[in-house]
Amino acid sequence: MKIIVTIKQVPETGNVKMDPVTGTMKRDGVESIVNPLDLYAVEEAIRLKNEFGGEIIAITMGPPKADRALREVISMGCDSGILLSNKSFAGADTWSTSYVLAQAIKKLGEYDLILCGERATDGDTGQVGPGIATWLDITFTTYVSGVKEVKENSLVIERMVETGYEILEIENPSLLTVIKEINYPRLPSLRGKQKARKLDIPVWGPEEIDVENKNLGLKGSPTRVVRISKPKVSRNGELFVCKNDQDIENAVGKMFEFLESKEII
Amino acid sequence: MSYKNVWTLSEQEQGKLKEVSFELLKRGRALADKRKVELVAIVLGHNLDKDDLQKLIYFGADKVLVVDAPELEYFLTDPYVNVVTKLIENHKPEILIASATTTGRTVAPAVAIKVNTGLTADCTGLDIDDEGHLIQTRPAIGGNILATIKTPIHRPQMASVRPHSNQPLDIDKSRTGEIVYEEIDKELLKSRIKRIEFHENEEETGNIQDAEVIIAGGKGCKTEEKFKMIKEIATLMHGAVGGSREAVDLGWISYPHQIGLSGQTVSPHFYLVAGVSGAVQHLAGIKTAENIVAINNDSEAQIFQVADFGIQGDLNDILPVIINKLKERKEGK
Ligand SMILES: Cc1cc2nc3c(=O)[nH]c(=O)nc-3n(C[C@H](O)[C@H](O)[C@H](O)COP(=O)(O)OP(=O)(O)OC[C@H]3O[C@@H](n4cnc5c(N)ncnc54)[C@H](O)[C@@H]3O)c2cc1C
Repeated sequence: MKIIVTIKQVPETGNVKMDPVTGTMKRDGVESIVNPLDLYAVEEAIRLKNEFGGEIIAITMGPPKADRALREVISMGCDSGILLSNKSFAGADTWSTSYVLAQAIKKLGEYDLILCGERATDGDTGQVGPGIATWLDITFTTYVSGVKEVKENSLVIERMVETGYEILEIENPSLLTVIKEINYPRLPSLRGKQKARKLDIPVWGPEEIDVENKNLGLKGSPTRVVRISKPKVSRNGELFVCKNDQDIENAVGKMFEFLESKEII
Repeated sequence: MSYKNVWTLSEQEQGKLKEVSFELLKRGRALADKRKVELVAIVLGHNLDKDDLQKLIYFGADKVLVVDAPELEYFLTDPYVNVVTKLIENHKPEILIASATTTGRTVAPAVAIKVNTGLTADCTGLDIDDEGHLIQTRPAIGGNILATIKTPIHRPQMASVRPHSNQPLDIDKSRTGEIVYEEIDKELLKSRIKRIEFHENEEETGNIQDAEVIIAGGKGCKTEEKFKMIKEIATLMHGAVGGSREAVDLGWISYPHQIGLSGQTVSPHFYLVAGVSGAVQHLAGIKTAENIVAINNDSEAQIFQVADFGIQGDLNDILPVIINKLKERKEGK
């Protein structure tokens, strides 16, 4: 099986605290990490490779330092990585990002499967995976919570939707975006880390892949961010402090009054 | 032909329209009125309920455009993407909004590439600016910022809208409009993906996406046994059960009930949350909850910042009192 995994480097927001006064994110010392949801895609690729053989190529578009993200997933078990990095790619929205990733994937020849995280924790759109599949004209699905069976020319997968789980059969080659229910990502191994450190990671720009300049970066993006604002965090709710049973009786009584006033009960 | 009209992408299950289809019409109606154009609801499915289609008009649509085919009975990526793309090519809407559901968030990004336009995900606000452009507002970076986005040149302007972030309009049976069935080339209905079966979630703990009332617990519940108090309150209030990532990772409740950045985004009328600290990733999932009551023993817990009503104390003492009161009310009635 030849599997391609797309990953993204994102700011580590796991320990981010919000400033209670301004309602903004405290950004001090925020590091870059591999989008946590992409690790599930990487893990699934490794599991499939371990069972059925083949190779895993990780690919990312980002700044030059995003090679660190590729090295991390190589140390988990991906075979190689490709970094798409160039000034002309900067500022791309999901349309342009998925275009560049798809054009790069075309250069990799035939493949069986592309795996993506369901969405990135910074942009939070979930649009790049479906976008790549559409540019490549391969079939795809989203919210995949399990690969149940690997057949000759297809996969049987489980997909989580609002009311339950669909079992679907999808023809190869396909693209799947996966959710965290699918597996537990492994930690990098020592041997993997050594390999990742030494491995040469090719950097591709518009010269190396077949792209039209007008589709790149901010100028190639149909959407424009016109304003960034801070959401209102505080609702200024009342806080009832309970030190004894009497306080609790009182607070719960008040809570029921609140529920009645809002027609909740 | 120039691009005109506002479209909503309806969703159905077994021929019946889902609630989100009606919610979208309220958003769409406001945009169509500002643009002084028609609001068209598009529906893909098979053996669609005629009364439901009429209801789309009662709830705000001027026109309903239907594609009915056996291949569209269930949502499948290939035929849905092909049909929506074809409809856009045939009729050229200026704006298309979908729900940010598992269906909408799958069809819309593929269609946007096919028709060569921009798409904004999971919007919580939509409006029209002075130049007639669609103004799309959405939370980003785990809900830490609100981004306002435009699609200045490409058409249609596409957005998905957070489900249940608004109610439908009131029903108006005096409204009139036409229901039009459109024939589609069979070639477009072919699918490289097949549905084999479906396993419905067990009803007991409820579907948090559609729930009006959600009772959620976190690591502060300490044990699975204690977490059962959360489930009991949910049952008493006819609500669904939710959990923080910690509660899910500890196995007290399954992943479809996880609320937050890597779980579900919910918009209930009432959210009761106990033993959850209120990490940004959790808050990202509840920004559009209407009324939030939080219980935590730490007065500094971030969850209190978003609560309309907070109780600081030990949930082991507080939840039983709530349970008792709910039971008393039940018996009293
Ligand atoms: C990429 C990423 C995605 C994430 N996605 C999500 C997500 O989707 N959803 C999510 O929830 N989290 C998510 N997280 C995790 C998040 O950062 C927090 O770790 C998690 O929400 C904490 O869960 P918790 O509040 O249950 O536990 P804790 O943070 O441990 O909080 C427990 C709370 O219980 C209170 N408590 C303890 N004992 C009692 C008692 N007896 N009575 C009353 N209160 C008590 C404590 O004061 C504390 O506030 C994500 C993290 C990352 C990095």
